[in-house]
Amino acid sequence: MTIASSSPPSRLPTGGAAEARSRTRTRRTEVGENRGDGRLAAVFIAPALLGFVVFLLWPTLRGICLSFTRFNLLTPAEWVGLDNYVRMVNDPIFWDSLWVTVEYVVINIGVQTVAALAIAVLLQRLTRSAMLRGIVLTPYLMSNVVAGLVWLWILDTQLGIGNEIISALGVDRIPFLADETWAIPTIALINVWRHVGYTALLLFAGLQAIPNDMYEAARVDGASEWRMFWRITMPLLRPVLAVVLIMTVIGSFQVFDTVAVTTAGGPANATNVLQYYIYGSAFGRFQFGYASAMSVALLIVLSAITILQYRLTRAGRTDLG
Amino acid sequence: MAAVTTTTPTHVRPARRRFPFGRAVAWTVMGLIVLITLLPFYWILRTALSTNAGLNADPTNPLPVGLTTSGFERALGLQSAEEAIAQGGAGGGLDFWRYLLNSVLVSTLITVCQIFFSAMAAYAFSRLRWRGRDKVFGLFLAGMMVPAIFTLLPNFVLIKQLHLVDTLLGIALPTMFMTPFAVFFLRQFFMNIPKEVEEAALLDGAGKVKIFFRVVLPMASTPIVTLGVLTYITSWNDYFWPLMVSYSDSSRVLTVALAIFRAQTPATGVDWSGLMAATLIAALPMLVLFACFARRIVSSIGFTGIK
Repeated sequence: MTIASSSPPSRLPTGGAAEARSRTRTRRTEVGENRGDGRLAAVFIAPALLGFVVFLLWPTLRGICLSFTRFNLLTPAEWVGLDNYVRMVNDPIFWDSLWVTVEYVVINIGVQTVAALAIAVLLQRLTRSAMLRGIVLTPYLMSNVVAGLVWLWILDTQLGIGNEIISALGVDRIPFLADETWAIPTIALINVWRHVGYTALLLFAGLQAIPNDMYEAARVDGASEWRMFWRITMPLLRPVLAVVLIMTVIGSFQVFDTVAVTTAGGPANATNVLQYYIYGSAFGRFQFGYASAMSVALLIVLSAITILQYRLTRAGRTDLG
Repeated sequence: MAAVTTTTPTHVRPARRRFPFGRAVAWTVMGLIVLITLLPFYWILRTALSTNAGLNADPTNPLPVGLTTSGFERALGLQSAEEAIAQGGAGGGLDFWRYLLNSVLVSTLITVCQIFFSAMAAYAFSRLRWRGRDKVFGLFLAGMMVPAIFTLLPNFVLIKQLHLVDTLLGIALPTMFMTPFAVFFLRQFFMNIPKEVEEAALLDGAGKVKIFFRVVLPMASTPIVTLGVLTYITSWNDYFWPLMVSYSDSSRVLTVALAIFRAQTPATGVDWSGLMAATLIAALPMLVLFACFARRIVSSIGFTGIK
């Protein structure tokens, strides 16, 4: 939500839009056109409001309510108070899957952010080619399912080209997705492959808001590219970076598709990420109440991370202006 | 566009010559990134055009081994079960034509309705004056804070109660009316349409409804198309929600079908050729769509960065 207002002003034809708005407001009252468009607005807002209430607001509240019930879809939900939460706290598989998810997020976001930043800076400092930006974005057009399957094939232990190359280099074949230690990093990197281009383009848009004069001036002073990156790019990109980080971390915590397609939570629960466990609880064991409680836990974790990150990185502020 | 950068006519180029080594390294890194990005796509194609026997015999060949279209035939259900099994397939009779059609129907339904209804709401939030406008808009913004995944379970319960499980409509419904993001995105553009244009139309006797269709929508056609393409791609690629809702061929979309195709093949002799052919069928429409709108999409990302 913040990105459009805080980050790339260059993309918006804003030319004093706020000013124009306040001007028209006074003009409107001068004309005396005060009656408003209430009835028409009701018609225009109706479909979206219906969708909002029925498929977003109501499910959110209902999800929270369901977490206090025992519910298997067939019989009516039965109120059980905090039972699901007590069970959750004492469920080693829940803590395990939360830990696996955190491990995934750390690797995924760590690698992705550094790589995306590198790509964005390269795009900014080397070339402005739209074609190159298009290429970088291509994996993002694939579904997670497609990305998962392709890499499942490339990394296949026996026939995958990835492992063929590895063994040609004289290293033992690695069962990337079938090994407990390798599986999570592999899935994290597969998702980096799919999302890094999109993240890079977000950062690239942020970079474009940095005036070129700054680099000019620094160069006149004899600064190196490396120094300019740390002294100009990083400080000025910080607000955009913060928002992008919050967004990607939230997305990363919701990992499901890739796991479902490549490892199905295995081997031995090594990739049983939280969302996969939630899905299994609901659709495998029909414990919708328990699944909802874990969803609420995830919601709380995500909200806490958002607030924390926003505070830590002072996301709202910019050094540019 | 790029209002900030155009103010500096002096370019950096002459100064850059001082770092030819650094630039060479940078270009090499960029080349490597492009390679890692694009090679998997070639590998899909190469595998899809190979025979399974060929893939087993010669896994490192950069070209298709035993050039054939039988992978595609299996994916599209054009082969008999015996024939498919003989060539390393599962013989499960998945019909990707059908799933392709389902994907097209769902994505089109979602995109057209979502964009239109969101545009209507955005118009009400930006150009109409009514009491409580900012409060309702604030509510929509707050809605963006709820992770999409949180609403899936309760929405499934709702769809089940509406007896829409295993229908295309059931898959489309939750995102058919709006997303807070779409409303927010379009509102930004509508607000920047000069008031004068609207007032001129008002003086000509046009009503607010007519202004919406004749002035606002055409003037915002670029962002609307961009948003539409992105929405189409998002709904096309969605897996988790359709997985919950669809059980049979009648509502199965490509992503779900692909995962089933994968699950059907035994862990030891996976039908890679057929699987990659099916993958290509699922991916190709988005690649074509992107090729048509690439420039527009690429330059509007950053602004659309909320997703």
